[in-house]
Amino acid sequence: MTNHYIDLKNSDVILIMGSNAAEHHPIAFKWILRAKEQNGARLIHVDPRYTRTSARCDYHVPLRSGTDIAFLGGMIHYILTNKKEFRDYVVNYTNASFIVSEDFYFKDGLFSGYDSKARKYSKDTWVFEKDAKGIPVRDMTLTHPRCVFQLLKKHYSRYTMEKVASITGVSKEDLTKVYAEYSATGVKDKAGTVCYALGWTHHTTGSQIIRTMSIIQLLLGNMGICGGGVNALRGEPNVQGSTDHCILYGNLPGYLKMPVASQDTLTKYIEKCTPKSSDPQSANYYQNYPKFFVSFLKSMFHDKATKENGFGYSWLPKMDDGAAYSLMHLFDEMYKGKIKGLFAVGTDPSVSSPNTAKVRKALENLDWLVGENIFDNETYCFWKGPGVDPAKVKTEVFLLPASASMEKEGSQSNSGRWVQWKYKAAEAPGDAIPVGEITIKILDAVRALYAKEGGKCPDPILNLKWDYKDSKGRFDVLKVAKQINGHFLKDTVIEDKAKGTKTEFKKGQLVPTFDMLADDGSTASGNWIMAGSFDAAGNNKMMKRGKDDPTGLGLYPNWSFAWPVNRRIIYNRASCDLNGKPYNPKRKLLEWTGETWVGDVPDGPWPPQADKQKGKYPFIMKPDGLGALFGPGMAEGPFPEHYEPLEGPLSKNPLSGQLINPAIKFFNSDLDKVANADAKFPYVCTTYSCTEHWCSGALTRWQAWLLEAMPELYVEIGEPLAKEKGIQNGERVRVSSVRGNVECVAMVTKRFRPFLVEGKTVHQVGLPFNYGWLHPKDGGDSTNFLTPTVGDANTFCPEYKAFMVNVTKL
Amino acid sequence: MEITRRGFLTLSGALGSGVALSSLGVDLGPAKAYAAEINKMQRVMAARQVTTVCCYCSVGCGLICSVDRNTGKIFNIEGDPEHPINEGSLCAKGAGFFDLTEANKYRLRKVLYRAPMSDRWEEKNWDWALERIARLVKDTRDKGFVTRNAKGELVNRCETIGHLGSSNVDNEECWLMSVACRSMGLVYIDHQARV
Repeated sequence: MTNHYIDLKNSDVILIMGSNAAEHHPIAFKWILRAKEQNGARLIHVDPRYTRTSARCDYHVPLRSGTDIAFLGGMIHYILTNKKEFRDYVVNYTNASFIVSEDFYFKDGLFSGYDSKARKYSKDTWVFEKDAKGIPVRDMTLTHPRCVFQLLKKHYSRYTMEKVASITGVSKEDLTKVYAEYSATGVKDKAGTVCYALGWTHHTTGSQIIRTMSIIQLLLGNMGICGGGVNALRGEPNVQGSTDHCILYGNLPGYLKMPVASQDTLTKYIEKCTPKSSDPQSANYYQNYPKFFVSFLKSMFHDKATKENGFGYSWLPKMDDGAAYSLMHLFDEMYKGKIKGLFAVGTDPSVSSPNTAKVRKALENLDWLVGENIFDNETYCFWKGPGVDPAKVKTEVFLLPASASMEKEGSQSNSGRWVQWKYKAAEAPGDAIPVGEITIKILDAVRALYAKEGGKCPDPILNLKWDYKDSKGRFDVLKVAKQINGHFLKDTVIEDKAKGTKTEFKKGQLVPTFDMLADDGSTASGNWIMAGSFDAAGNNKMMKRGKDDPTGLGLYPNWSFAWPVNRRIIYNRASCDLNGKPYNPKRKLLEWTGETWVGDVPDGPWPPQADKQKGKYPFIMKPDGLGALFGPGMAEGPFPEHYEPLEGPLSKNPLSGQLINPAIKFFNSDLDKVANADAKFPYVCTTYSCTEHWCSGALTRWQAWLLEAMPELYVEIGEPLAKEKGIQNGERVRVSSVRGNVECVAMVTKRFRPFLVEGKTVHQVGLPFNYGWLHPKDGGDSTNFLTPTVGDANTFCPEYKAFMVNVTKL
Repeated sequence: MEITRRGFLTLSGALGSGVALSSLGVDLGPAKAYAAEINKMQRVMAARQVTTVCCYCSVGCGLICSVDRNTGKIFNIEGDPEHPINEGSLCAKGAGFFDLTEANKYRLRKVLYRAPMSDRWEEKNWDWALERIARLVKDTRDKGFVTRNAKGELVNRCETIGHLGSSNVDNEECWLMSVACRSMGLVYIDHQARV
């Protein structure tokens, strides 16, 4: 989230799209309802299915799964045609005025630079014209035919009401209503926000859906303000923290980039990863990248990381250039027999990964599997699953008992970036220990073997700083937390020239902010964005429980720690005009007094933009300092474009000759079948959760109270389709895709209604993804037998939300 | 012990108050339930209270665990009224948080091992399991280690071991896993943030 949960109360219009907040984030929804109670906010729900969220919103607009970009692209068209944009903000705080290279073009669904064989773009033409000093050329009148604003207008001029209605199945009346209400927030004193969840990320175009909304928020001046932003309601307790610490193939803790093979030296890596800007008004905060990265290497290898050995850079594994190693790649390689061992910590991919049949077959190829969890699940005992003969499965499996969340101390980060400390309430049962302690003990044992026997590339294992146990040999969580925050490795004097102060820090003292990290090996920080979670005296800010709310906006600056540097709303300098005065004086998030900023922790201490000498642009993490309406970082183009899902009801994209996302990767095993616009699988299908279960159900299905409320798998079918198929409510049915099928109870409902798409009736059905064969015994198996192995072109988030099925009566 | 709603009330309130009355033929059902609630309130007041954070979605609601000072066991968990986000309220899953404690009979308590071709779990101790896991990790890593890729570039990676998880462990645990995986040269590293 750019903002945070309580801030939802400050909004005037809340668009909930790709989320069923009332059922899956009930407490977040309380703040959404408070916006309605306190500000008379309008609540709009756009979703294929009518849910309890729809019931509490002002109205619900049904939309065919996988057509979100068409819907939102239509909104961009509406905003620009009706001049609803917040002009001052667009001109000054976005790259609308930048002039794009004359070699850039868009034609029939493809941008310039496409290589159809590699399914990849060369981004050479997705660049801005620059002046002699290397600063992007701008046209502040936004009239130059190649300025971003005009190109944006041209691109979305194709998204007419008629076209969008025909693609999405939403009526023109509903489109107009949503567009008009939402774009009315493009003024100084109104805030519009969006709440999304897996309904946006689980698509082959997921990242670009979110980018389309980001463009809308920039056009309306809704970024960086109270009650605005782009807000992901994420689904796991520490998914923010696990992402921040990057248990992800492509990043190292703090979103540092995982090195690739061509970056064979630290110097080359740093050169590639550190963005440059010639514009004196751009803070280009990532120019500090070398400090964050070297401090990370020091946190890993400590004394063993020296200037001479590139701080141990060569010990880090390198990915092949352009290669990806995501969950889907992992199971694809495992299916081919190339993966021999797997750690599965607090996870149940045998239920939660797409194309379950392939995943379960792949697991049988493992030599060994190590599971760590509080309950057993379908992954750990795959060897006795349906249709599997244990006598033929060679895999050695270890299932290690872990402490539950309330049985251990540590911090968790919520979606609003609040890092909250939690305490240990009781001992774990039996031999269970915290996952942190399991990790320490396994690597201790591996290190002992390498120390004794030697082996392949032992240096990174043996040189790793790995002393995170207390005197009793137990996991010392505070020691790790401090290592993440970071330390000075020698006595240091920090001089603040602006303030004219000098502060001394002793060797071993905690670094109070990432501003003080260095690239010469004199500081260590395990994750730079967490530097400042402790103060220099060692006080743990994550433990703070202060309830004061000086702005009255619900920032609670003394409750826990929010990264970065306790900033509660990021990009907050954009809430003020060029002189640092709040656009909306009623919700004064930040204000420049002439000497300093007051309110939230500002995005940098510099004066506002009007000060041509010292002032900086507000989007400090972007090299150009401005919000990116034109986003050349994306895999499938700088402007989002509507493509149909890999499996959909149409054989032609109504907007162009390019049916599906041109940059997605295909997996080609014999179990990766696809059936697009196939009469055998005529219905659009989507998947979701329910209030009583969580994710794969691997925790909640073991709880009698929750299971009693939601005991088994069902498929929701609209009344017209049920009538057509002769299916009664409560009857058992089979739902099948070209990949597999599940049997479940039919829930005939008014919540799904047919869509009119390109003049034809399209039915949609949906199932929850919370069930698996292990427990309860008759609760149904994984919905993911139906889903395809395909994902977003940028992130490889799997497509769980739009694919094609058939439904038959059993 | 199977935890049901009724079982939970029984567990958290002592039995026995009013036993003498039962011989008089009075229906003690409502009185017992009332007594149990009073008793539970007294226990909550006498308990050690420990704050925690919910383990389901990412809203970060606060909870209070009431721990019996004599047994060290948690006997009640409810929303933290001081918490600015949830202000004491919880959803259905959060309200059932207690069922994740050791009161749930399905919790894993022992190290379990399944041998090749076997159709059952066996109980093992930590030392045995750690030693065996380390052996397998080292042998697999050494056998499949890639020092240089097809282009001859130095890559120092292990492509034969994958690591999945987890978004439902604490930050400090996530960081340790992230760093441990890199030290072993793993590249197939992923978790629920992607799914």
